[in-house]
Amino acid sequence: MFADLPLLSLIVWLPIFGGVAVLLSGDKGDANGVRVLSLVISIATFILSLGLYAGFDSSTSAMQFVEKTPWIPGFGINYHFGVDGFSMPLIILTTFTTILVVLAGWEVIKKKPAQYLAAFLIMEGLMIAVFAALDAIFFYVFWEAMLVPMFILIGVWGGERRVYATIKFFIYTFIGSVFMLVALIYMYYKGGSFAILDMHAMPLTLNEQTFIFFAFLAAFAVKVPMWPVHTWLPDAHVEAPTGGSVILAAIMLKIGGYGFIRFSMPITPDAAHSFDWLIIFMSLVAVVYIGFVALVQKDMKKLVAYSSIAHMGFVTLGLFVVFQIWENPANVSGGGAALAVEGAMIQMISHGFISGAMFLMIGVLYDRMHTREINAYGGVVHTMPIFAAFAVFFSMANAGLPGTSGFVGEFMVIIASFQANFWYAFLGALTLILGAAYTLWMVKRVFYGEIANEGVRALKDLNARELTIMTTLAIAVLILGLWPAPVVDVMHASVENFLQHIAVSKL
Amino acid sequence: MTFESLNIAIALPEVFLLTMACLILVVDVYLPQEKRNLTYVLTQFSLIITLALLLSNPAETRVLAFNDLFVQDAMADALKLFIIIISFGVFVYSREYLQARNIFKGEFYVLGLFSIVGMMLMVSANNLLMLYLGLELLSLCLYALVAFNRDNGNASEAAMKYFVLGAIASGMLLYGMSILYGLSGSLNLSEIAQAVTNAEGAQNIGMIFALVFIVVALAFKLGAVPFHMWMPDVYQGSPTAVTALIATAPKLAGFAMIMRLLVEALGGLQADWQQMIIVLSVLSLAVGNIIAIAQTNLKRMLAYSTISHVGFILLGILAGTSEGYSSAMFYTISYALMSLGGFGVIMLMARQGFEADNISDLTGLNQRSPWFAFIMMILMLSMAGVPPTVGFWAKLAVLTAVVDVDLVWMAIIAVFFSIIGIFYYLRIIKVMYFDDAVDTRPLECGRDMQIALSTNGLAILALGLYPAALMTLCVSVFN
Repeated sequence: MFADLPLLSLIVWLPIFGGVAVLLSGDKGDANGVRVLSLVISIATFILSLGLYAGFDSSTSAMQFVEKTPWIPGFGINYHFGVDGFSMPLIILTTFTTILVVLAGWEVIKKKPAQYLAAFLIMEGLMIAVFAALDAIFFYVFWEAMLVPMFILIGVWGGERRVYATIKFFIYTFIGSVFMLVALIYMYYKGGSFAILDMHAMPLTLNEQTFIFFAFLAAFAVKVPMWPVHTWLPDAHVEAPTGGSVILAAIMLKIGGYGFIRFSMPITPDAAHSFDWLIIFMSLVAVVYIGFVALVQKDMKKLVAYSSIAHMGFVTLGLFVVFQIWENPANVSGGGAALAVEGAMIQMISHGFISGAMFLMIGVLYDRMHTREINAYGGVVHTMPIFAAFAVFFSMANAGLPGTSGFVGEFMVIIASFQANFWYAFLGALTLILGAAYTLWMVKRVFYGEIANEGVRALKDLNARELTIMTTLAIAVLILGLWPAPVVDVMHASVENFLQHIAVSKL
Repeated sequence: MTFESLNIAIALPEVFLLTMACLILVVDVYLPQEKRNLTYVLTQFSLIITLALLLSNPAETRVLAFNDLFVQDAMADALKLFIIIISFGVFVYSREYLQARNIFKGEFYVLGLFSIVGMMLMVSANNLLMLYLGLELLSLCLYALVAFNRDNGNASEAAMKYFVLGAIASGMLLYGMSILYGLSGSLNLSEIAQAVTNAEGAQNIGMIFALVFIVVALAFKLGAVPFHMWMPDVYQGSPTAVTALIATAPKLAGFAMIMRLLVEALGGLQADWQQMIIVLSVLSLAVGNIIAIAQTNLKRMLAYSTISHVGFILLGILAGTSEGYSSAMFYTISYALMSLGGFGVIMLMARQGFEADNISDLTGLNQRSPWFAFIMMILMLSMAGVPPTVGFWAKLAVLTAVVDVDLVWMAIIAVFFSIIGIFYYLRIIKVMYFDDAVDTRPLECGRDMQIALSTNGLAILALGLYPAALMTLCVSVFN
């Protein structure tokens, strides 16, 4: 039933045009009008994106829902959309998260709500397009355009040091991506096509691959973000409004991980192979060192921001450990590679839910107390029991408690890493301890103990809107934790195809 | 020599515009100040008719006229089209600005029209003399216009500087041309091209000597580093209306001049001028982008930004392929449109006794006028080369052309400096959106200006979403 509709175009353009409509309706009239309009648009987009899931054929790794028309014939650039098992779940994650973000800013944003909501809707469309684009330049256009609404969001609705944070965010990401652009142009010059799938098949020498690999690395490592180019993230998170932090953590970071899957590894498999030690090293530093950094944070948002970096380390670890799994002579069965990649994907989706929930939680507190300092809290459980229950649940998920989605991805990656090298698994597994330490210590200081001050004493528990958001996320985290099979199934064929592709040397 | 060989019909737009400029000059003398609007209306009317004449007779092939002095080809048509459209925009934007400053005078329009005629002649020149005369007609009008607000000290200083440096550049050009004439025995561009391509010509050290002078003069006129010194002062000192005139359409004429001189006449020396232009381009990119960061004056900042854009345009030209030329042309047209919008916003914000030419004057524009803040944001993003604006495609086209001739390192230098460049464009967005307005007076301006500026901004966005049409035009010109 969905086969005839240009479903991907609809999902991309509905929120963008909806955002423009919200923008045009302006901030002069009734703010509730634009809120409801934005909510309707985001829900409609979500429902449409479920059509992708319903119509998805999980038995094939080929691109589905493909739309292709010439856009700029002079350069052979096409308007080219399509999804596979990697991009489809991420698109649904995007549409899902946007609804929560629209809800989260409901009464909180008083300054120009129409512009605020419009920025989110437009950004939603652009991010979906990034996941769905199959033409490299088409991808790049959305990849860069996406920065603009986020730049504005942090800059206008952010905290005290918002200007510093947002300019840092923009310039960091921009630096990374222009080198990717040069690499894309180079491949066009060599291969005569901007289609991503043509680039996958293109023969490249090791020198070329190395150059292209590092150009991509500059773009994606900043986005993920990987140590040592992660420093923009804590700043951006701390200064961003709650909704901005949620989108940043839940979706934008995933675009970096997605980039490795869609570009770096298939286009330059040999360079990825020869530099896998570098990525694994950077990932493990992120997991261990950044875990310790998170431990000493005084600001809750900063703590969660650092924990995001540590968790995203698992994504890059899972992706790049596959080469060593294949090479390990002790690994008789040769299995584990698919587990690693699927683990990385699950980790991305799960982190989308959990980090979103963590930032929304901090937002709930911040809206009431206007501070994110851990020291300013204590004994919140006495005044906000329901909220505290959710907080403990999400914190457990963040620490990787079995039964929650946080456990599944990390566990899969750790198991797979064992097939490569015991020490990778050992260091990776440290996150379970570190994660528990920093998250639960924060929970202890914020929620338990005596009521710290009058501010905390006056706190009111969750209202219906916040309760809805929290419950939805809690359900999502539980489902993915207890029964990840539906998500794994849709990506399985794509993962197999991906592994077969990168196993073949281009030399 | 018969009258037919003059082939006047193909120069009809120029002839008409020149006639109208003379007519307006006479009519304007008899107009009282309160009827000055008639001059404005007549000026715009002549531009529209010129445009219609231009469109009614497109060049199917290369046609020569006036005994080979004048050439009409696809490139000339396309460039003239944009020169006229952009000049029309400048006149729309500047009307209220001039009125508020009591310099709403006929001279602005008459000199403006003459300068447009000059540009059109440069674009269509097929002879060194023709090229030089067009250039001088343009430059002399602009010198006068810079000093147009004669009681303003800054403007007079800028005009003096512009005139002296411009005259030196013209001298350089003439010197180079005279050597060229001496060696080739002809002023005709096609004949010079032949003289250059024969083996003796290409190795002649005299040719290279002439080339150096010509490249220097071109660099002066375009404002490429290290011959850029006049630009910031002239941009800042001139009345904004005149800055807009200097910063936009003449760059198109300058591009045409490079194409006619370096590519058509001296194409045989490409290996030599490529080296020189690489140096000019890298320096322009570096100096333009880095020094722009330090500016507090918006017009001055845009001057440095122009210098960096010139670096990009030269990058396309030095590729030396038809893709390179078309990408440079695409870049020049996009740049002219963005620049027009940028100065339009400055004129929009200006009012009586207030120039609005400091970056801080844009503070909180989003609170005063969300729509024009949005337009300005598009313009800045486009200058920075962020998609989905036309500026991105312009940079992409140039970079592709450069990578195509195996100059990947030039592409990397160019993107490196664009990263530096993005900072000062972001700063404009920052003051417009993130800071609170100090001056909360609403913007006052006429409907015509609002419509024109909105169209200008949206065109940048629309060309960014669908660049194929303009790209195809630019590519077809060089096939």
